Amino acid sequence: MKKFWFKPGLILLLFVPILFSSLLLIGHQAGGKEKKDIQVPPPPLNEDTFPCSMCHADMETNLERRELVDFHDDIVLHHDEENRWCMACHDAENRDMLHSASGELIDFNESYKLCGQCHGLKLRDWEAGIHGRRTGQWNGEKQYLLCAHCHDPHSPKFPHMKPDPVPIKPGKKK
Amino acid sequence: MSIQKFAFSPKEVNRRSFLKAAAVTSSAAALAACGDKAAIEEFLQRDFRSLSKEKIAKIIERLETEYAEKYGKPFTVSTKEAIPNTLFGYGLDLSRCIGCRKCVYACQAENNQSRDPQILWIKVLEMEKETGVDFVHANLYYDREKVPHEGHFYFPMACQQCKNPPCVKSCPVGATFTDPDGIVVVDYNWCIGCRCCMAACPYGARHFNWGKPGLPAEDANPKTHYFGNRPRMKGVVEKCTWCVQRTREGRYPACVEACPVGARKFGNLLDKDSEIRYILENKRVLILKEELNTQPKFYYFYGT
Repeated sequence: MKKFWFKPGLILLLFVPILFSSLLLIGHQAGGKEKKDIQVPPPPLNEDTFPCSMCHADMETNLERRELVDFHDDIVLHHDEENRWCMACHDAENRDMLHSASGELIDFNESYKLCGQCHGLKLRDWEAGIHGRRTGQWNGEKQYLLCAHCHDPHSPKFPHMKPDPVPIKPGKKK
Repeated sequence: MSIQKFAFSPKEVNRRSFLKAAAVTSSAAALAACGDKAAIEEFLQRDFRSLSKEKIAKIIERLETEYAEKYGKPFTVSTKEAIPNTLFGYGLDLSRCIGCRKCVYACQAENNQSRDPQILWIKVLEMEKETGVDFVHANLYYDREKVPHEGHFYFPMACQQCKNPPCVKSCPVGATFTDPDGIVVVDYNWCIGCRCCMAACPYGARHFNWGKPGLPAEDANPKTHYFGNRPRMKGVVEKCTWCVQRTREGRYPACVEACPVGARKFGNLLDKDSEIRYILENKRVLILKEELNTQPKFYYFYGT
């Protein structure tokens, strides 16, 4: 009787490592493709105002929502301004960082993570290379741009621009 | 000479012998008038695809010297063939295009089109949002202070690089054909300028050099491809080649890199991880004049 139980036990024991490794493999695949490290050029920050802590380090933080006067009054917020203001994205504690909705700090170099909280589909397209301009190689290295390189984060609608010259109609001289 | 003797013998002059003699003497006179060897060689050049490697090398050398002399800077004329396992596809996001015409002039700068008379390969059409895609009432010559103009959208068009190209079928001499990577190209030296391909193309993508191409030396792009952007001559047809001189080296076409809104996408249809495959699998895609069965590899899509 004892022998009868022993054999299947041994076989099971042999199978344990195989099972375990295959489970690991499945888990790895379910996690999706490994996210590639997206390299972006430095964010378009103004050297006169960044790092923000140059001024804000010595200032007391006023968390009250208000219209800004004297400083930053050139920034016009056209980005869900009814529900948000500066501190929705900029961090009050660490002035040189942004923060997500859940409070995690986000570097300016990775601001797409902040934008992607609301614009998830755009972020997905951007990562796939569909949203935004790409330069470089179609079969190799491509250059990405941050959202803020094309869209003003405070007023993200793409600006209207002057078009290049009208083509010359056939038969008309230059 | 025997031909002359033959032709002028009064007994034997008939219509055929007279024409033969006339053709021989006139072409000999024309060649002699041209004088230099290069012109004679160019005149006698055959269909590029039928040439040996040595002959091709000679032709490229001749062209490079000719262009260098004409434009006063060194030129390269590549004959790079298609990259294996590549079939190019192009995507254009109609919901993004703002009609700024940056692509139009980036294409002109890259591809050495004639400035005067003006030839532009990309046409950006302005259409009304209310009527939708409507070529009859589209405006190519829109003149706006700022774009996009209220209530309008923009529809850029160039060669659709058809898989079943009517232009190639209509060419009586085989001067235009599809390369293995799907790009329809023109052998300008073999083109006879009959413009059958222009009549056959339903997209208006082919352009004829009615006059001597006017390309200022300072505007000339010296990095060229034989089937692409090398300077053209009077009396030949030209078209978009998806910047064959760039894309066969792995680069994006000039229009893709020029588009400020990133509406233009390019990639390999055979690579399942490419941008163009992502578009085909995830976006709403349309091709132009589908009912004609031209099977374009140019896909318009809505990225929103």
